[in-house]
Amino acid sequence: MENSEKTEVVLLACGSFNPITNMHLRLFELAKDYMNGTGKYRVIKGVISPVGDAYKKKGLISAHHRVIMAELATKNSEWVEVDTWESLQKDWVETLKVLRHHQEKLEASSCDPQQDSPRLERPGRKRKWAEQRQDFGQKELLEPKTKDVPKVKLLCGADLLESFGVPNLWKREDITRIVGDYGLICITRAGNDAEKFIYESDALWKHRNNIHLVNEWITNDISSTKIRRALRRGQSIRYLVPDLVREYIEKHDLYSPESEERNVGVVLAPLQKNTAEANS
Amino acid sequence: MKSRIPVVLLACGSFNPITNMHLRLFEVARDHLHQTGMYKVIGGIISPVNDNYRKKDLVAAHHRVAMARLALQTSDWIRVDPWESEQAQWMETVKVLRHHHSELLRSLPQTEGPDHGRAHSLAPTGSALVFPAVPELKLLCGADILKTFQTPNLWKEAHIQEIVEKFGMVCVSRTGHNPKEYISGSAILQRYQHNIHLVREPVQNELSSTYIRRALSQGQSVKYLLPDAVITYIKEHNLYTGDSS
Repeated sequence: MENSEKTEVVLLACGSFNPITNMHLRLFELAKDYMNGTGKYRVIKGVISPVGDAYKKKGLISAHHRVIMAELATKNSEWVEVDTWESLQKDWVETLKVLRHHQEKLEASSCDPQQDSPRLERPGRKRKWAEQRQDFGQKELLEPKTKDVPKVKLLCGADLLESFGVPNLWKREDITRIVGDYGLICITRAGNDAEKFIYESDALWKHRNNIHLVNEWITNDISSTKIRRALRRGQSIRYLVPDLVREYIEKHDLYSPESEERNVGVVLAPLQKNTAEANS
Repeated sequence: MKSRIPVVLLACGSFNPITNMHLRLFEVARDHLHQTGMYKVIGGIISPVNDNYRKKDLVAAHHRVAMARLALQTSDWIRVDPWESEQAQWMETVKVLRHHHSELLRSLPQTEGPDHGRAHSLAPTGSALVFPAVPELKLLCGADILKTFQTPNLWKEAHIQEIVEKFGMVCVSRTGHNPKEYISGSAILQRYQHNIHLVREPVQNELSSTYIRRALSQGQSVKYLLPDAVITYIKEHNLYTGDSS
């Protein structure tokens, strides 16, 4: 399939990134290889969107630090970057809204072909595309030149997929729209569990073609929780997170028994919001 | 205050290529030994195996050594030693241990008399002087190595004994392996179990060089599984493309 026929994809990962780890970064690499490997997609960008402080998760340190660590972690990535929009919002933002925000951003920059969007493509690519078009016949040149807008898809681990089942954590309509309008790329160890989960949900089953399950053959269980625990116990986190992130954590002494106590007793924002709406 | 025993960790293996998992072994082992209160880890050595080991897909030793060196650029306590890989033939692990142990002894400041014990408390002048304790060299490995002791003819019995008796082991757990079982199933290992330190790695990591080689030959990304500098080296030298025999 010609490059021009492939659907361009932007992978969006939402989460606490508290802190970001090599495992988070691997999700992007695995997803990109998988999607590009289908022959139908071309992954052009990866976006890390750290959640805002208003999420009120236990142990969540300030977004300011989490954003900087993510930026340090992606410093030498050619295609993955950090977006701060979500983290800067005063209130917690539903994942669906974050997806919508990024899709609208893509559509806006795509409508104006004159607009320079250097982040979207590697330098030089635009020129190549223009050269290709010159080879097409007169007919093509007369047709409206609307380039297909890249599609934003949600990148996640199996834990997020399964969290769809937690009462009041997600709005049912949101789940439907996420898998229906956008799509999910889920990196999973135990593919069977994820498949079963999809099978048992009517909403997910209906849009199963838009849910891509990618097998992570080697268990690479570097969870942020374990990183924070290791730090509290004075244990090394080297080779589990990028060196720049480790140095930043050490320099600012970010994680301690005290920081782990943040938001204790506070209800998680989505639970609070969805329960309130259900009761209103 | 009782002084800690200095320890150097030696890891033998193919390192084909070196990965973040190999590097983690050192970090995890060091933390464990420190937290026992008895040891102070003063160094780590990576010793890539000789080409004559003839393991399938083993790339030339000079590459494996170079990659390890790149991976260790940012480490202030672990180094790669090419001695084993430069020998004329493959050698048993116990010989590598013996070599590095005598190198360690040679690098110590000279002490009076034949007694290379822990500390001398009196210098000839009569004033109290404490010489550094002789470091112990321990074999660092995954717990799966303990299991290979059971494979007939893979290890000499006398060597296994020397490894656990004279040197000691630090074994980091891997999924699917129960090191306690391997110890209780062997008389020698049981006798010297005090010298076999079992370390739990809470971060389950099945990353292996085999996986890396396969991913590379299939054109897949291995970023964040091994240091960037090693990935660059592999690409520049066209290693693990799956073309070479």
